[in-house]
Amino acid sequence: MVNRETEPLFWTLFSAGGVVAALFLPVQLFLFGLAAPLGWVHAPSYSAMQQLVHSPITRLYLLVVCSLPLFHFAHRFRYTLYDGLQIKHLNEVVFAGCYGVAIVGTVAAAYLLWRI
Amino acid sequence: MSRAGQAQAAASQPAIPASAQSAISPVYTEFHPRWYRPPVSTYWWLGKSAYVKFILRELSSVAVAWTVALVLVQVLALIRGQSAYLQFERRMSSPWMIAINIVAFAFLLLHSITWFNLAPKAMAVRVGGRRVPGVFISGPQYLAWITISAIVFAIVISRG
Repeated sequence: MVNRETEPLFWTLFSAGGVVAALFLPVQLFLFGLAAPLGWVHAPSYSAMQQLVHSPITRLYLLVVCSLPLFHFAHRFRYTLYDGLQIKHLNEVVFAGCYGVAIVGTVAAAYLLWRI
Repeated sequence: MSRAGQAQAAASQPAIPASAQSAISPVYTEFHPRWYRPPVSTYWWLGKSAYVKFILRELSSVAVAWTVALVLVQVLALIRGQSAYLQFERRMSSPWMIAINIVAFAFLLLHSITWFNLAPKAMAVRVGGRRVPGVFISGPQYLAWITISAIVFAIVISRG
């Protein structure tokens, strides 16, 4: 759990994830969540996407983009519930839920990118 | 009571009464004052625009998790094959999905902008004893943001 010894580790993950999320996620969501579905750009076909994702650089990129921002989310969302909604009595549950999502997401990303 | 009797009584009783002793003891005080803390409403942050901005900034983390989830679903669809990927593309163009993604994109922009603007406040860089102005710390980050976005955009579009 979070205490004086482990807090710097969690904060470092939060900070690193914040940088990755700030730099990489907007263009990611803009491309595949808005521009491609709305037809603003010509999205790569299935085979082109497969080719792109097979490259080791893309896989490494996707692993970084999927793992660190989840730890950023875990830290920030935990404190949103703590400060914003004042759910202090559920502290352990909230902690397990937030970091559980981050760990499961990271493992899933590593597995999927290794299998592809 | 005789003098001897008085002395005996004084010896059997402690010199300081128990109640007074507990008040003196640094370990335990019987009547510790409890600090009065008025209960704070769950909606405390609705009163002031700065607080609302703070909560929105904190909630941007949900958009971050959402975007990562979409990337994972997209990779999973790529593994499952062409029909699964076409289905993924169809789902992404449903009106509900577009609406959610517009909101999520706005939150991601809020996160990026507040993050870059916060960096100079978190890092006090000093050169020659003088603090470097914030523009020189957040400026390069905005530049990196634009450059990275352009590169990722160009790589994906060039395959389209």
